[in-house]
Amino acid sequence: MSKATDITKINEHSPYYDITPGNQIYGGGGSRRFNTGEWRTQTPVIDWDKCTHCLLCTPVCPDSSIPVSDGRREDFDYDHCKGCGICEKVCSFGAITMKEGM
Amino acid sequence: MKKNIEIRWHGRGGQGTKTAALLLADVAFSTGMHVQGFPEYGPERMGAPITAYNRIGESSIRVHSNIYEPDYVVVVDETLLHSVDVTKGLSVEGGIVINTTKPKEEIIPLLNGYEGNVYTIDAHYVSMQTLGRYFPNSPMLAAIVKVADIMEQDVFLSHMEASYQHKFAKKPEVIEGNMNALKMAFQEVK
Amino acid sequence: MSIRERMSGNEAAAYAIKQINPDVMPAFPITPSTEIPQMVSTFIANGEIDTEFIPVESEHSSMSATMGANAAGARALTATSSCGLAYMWELLYVAASDRLPVVLALVNRALTGPININCDHSDSMGARDSGWIQIYAENNQEAYDNLIQSFRIAEHPDVRLPLMTCQDGFIISHAVENIELIEDDKVKSFVGEYTPENYLLNPNMPMAVGPYANSPFYMETKMNQRLAMENAKKVILEVAEEFEQISGRKYSFFEEYKLEDADYAIVIIGSAAGTTKEAIDELREQGIKAGLLKIRVFRPFPDEAIVNALKHVKAMAIMDRAESFSACGGPIGSELKAALFDFNVKTIAVNYFYGIGGRDYTVNDAKAIYQDLINYVSGTADIENFKYIGLRK
Repeated sequence: MSKATDITKINEHSPYYDITPGNQIYGGGGSRRFNTGEWRTQTPVIDWDKCTHCLLCTPVCPDSSIPVSDGRREDFDYDHCKGCGICEKVCSFGAITMKEGM
Repeated sequence: MKKNIEIRWHGRGGQGTKTAALLLADVAFSTGMHVQGFPEYGPERMGAPITAYNRIGESSIRVHSNIYEPDYVVVVDETLLHSVDVTKGLSVEGGIVINTTKPKEEIIPLLNGYEGNVYTIDAHYVSMQTLGRYFPNSPMLAAIVKVADIMEQDVFLSHMEASYQHKFAKKPEVIEGNMNALKMAFQEVK
Repeated sequence: MSIRERMSGNEAAAYAIKQINPDVMPAFPITPSTEIPQMVSTFIANGEIDTEFIPVESEHSSMSATMGANAAGARALTATSSCGLAYMWELLYVAASDRLPVVLALVNRALTGPININCDHSDSMGARDSGWIQIYAENNQEAYDNLIQSFRIAEHPDVRLPLMTCQDGFIISHAVENIELIEDDKVKSFVGEYTPENYLLNPNMPMAVGPYANSPFYMETKMNQRLAMENAKKVILEVAEEFEQISGRKYSFFEEYKLEDADYAIVIIGSAAGTTKEAIDELREQGIKAGLLKIRVFRPFPDEAIVNALKHVKAMAIMDRAESFSACGGPIGSELKAALFDFNVKTIAVNYFYGIGGRDYTVNDAKAIYQDLINYVSGTADIENFKYIGLRK
């Protein structure tokens, strides 16, 4: 069994012999180490006074960036949120607004 | 038997001609020979003229072409004589075996002047007498084995019996009829 | 002691698969390879092997399922011909770049159109650049032997590439001939178990297969594929050597027949090689130094070894059973002529097309080709770059 692939070490500077056969990636959860949050041009902000913790926003998030704990949502995972705005559209209580920039 | 023998079969799709060629390969193999049995490559259509081939020899067979100058030809359906040049390339030292109800004198004029040996057998009669149905391939198989002297008749019969026992394991009642068809064909081919 | 048998090429392939007993075989029928999955599914139905047979709705699916099963950790193979291979096209490249060591028992048949079910090599030759190892058989014996060796080559950690074994449709697949089989237990221990280092169903190490690789990664990926193909050369020879120990039959990248002292050579692939050998024996009796090089492994292309074996001949005919429509030769012709240039061999090399769409190739055809070569060397005929055998004029 191979060691888990350290994806931070495979990048566009890697020579061919450092790339796995078939680009296979070993070990799960590698995307956690890839901070897609820096791609964001708009940022969702939560108004906790309006949020009812209905959790409609969580399953629609394409980047799994709305963590849930004990049945209540937590603040956005800004390391991975790409700012797509789907959560704002789905929220029935106006609790999420998109602001310009990071 | 000469060292290597090449046989061409002419029949119509659905008559078991290809099966007969494969059976001949099978029985020759059983007696320790090197064999090749193959159909003319292509789609098989019921009633359409088909060709099958055998090469039989004492050493391994490497040629993978059709046979153009056969030592022997077997014609499973005499109606082919009007549409197919069955003696094309046929060796005059060899011969042709034709399944027909007609006397030899009526058949020879249909063979484009072929000067080699001509043998006939009424496989329909043999088949009806022994099997009660028309399966020409067993009689024709026996006929070519005798005519081309491929092996001793009793060796052939014992190998065929074993082969039928395997092939007809689930309907042993047809084995005896088929064996009789082979034996009768030995007598009837002339 | 080996087992003396008689069977067709398709039966031989099915028998090899039975002895290999792969974990999974997805397949979709197509002439002339249909009998292979048909016979294997009979073995399964009779309880002789425990392969999981997956009937699928197309060849796109049969190759996808074969690859999926292999990625999951199973030894998997399929069979097809002609348009079936064409329908797998996209997946052929994916199997190779994802480095999935699946095996395909290909029965060569002309690619439509015009529609034709007979033998030529246009199907596999079209796939020559897909990244698959290609091993060709002359007869049922080689079709069997190549399949027995296939997984050992494909699955080798230095290779990990898909492999297709090729046999000539109808000419071999449907012709019953003598064959020597190897005992089940010997095949079993030769082939061994498939123990991939990583596989999708391994709960201890999740993995991703086939990730997107854009321009910063694609070229490096292809370089790694090329190196695996290079490694396959060594592995093919090692596996052949080990195979000889259980079978007594010797294999390499190619077979030489009376080539060592030959003045005139034919370079050919597949069943026509045997027909050519017969012609060589007749010509040798007349004192003509005719010889043959039969290519077994076309991918990877063993350029240097082939050129070394041929460099002494005065003239060679390079025989292609497939067009490539470059308008200046076929696939073997182009590659071998390029190899001759690379290794500084300047000799008469003429590319012939033969057997296209099932056109028969006879001993007399082979003799006529050697006569051409003799005429070229003696200067009694003008050298042509490519010619046709059996074309009506």
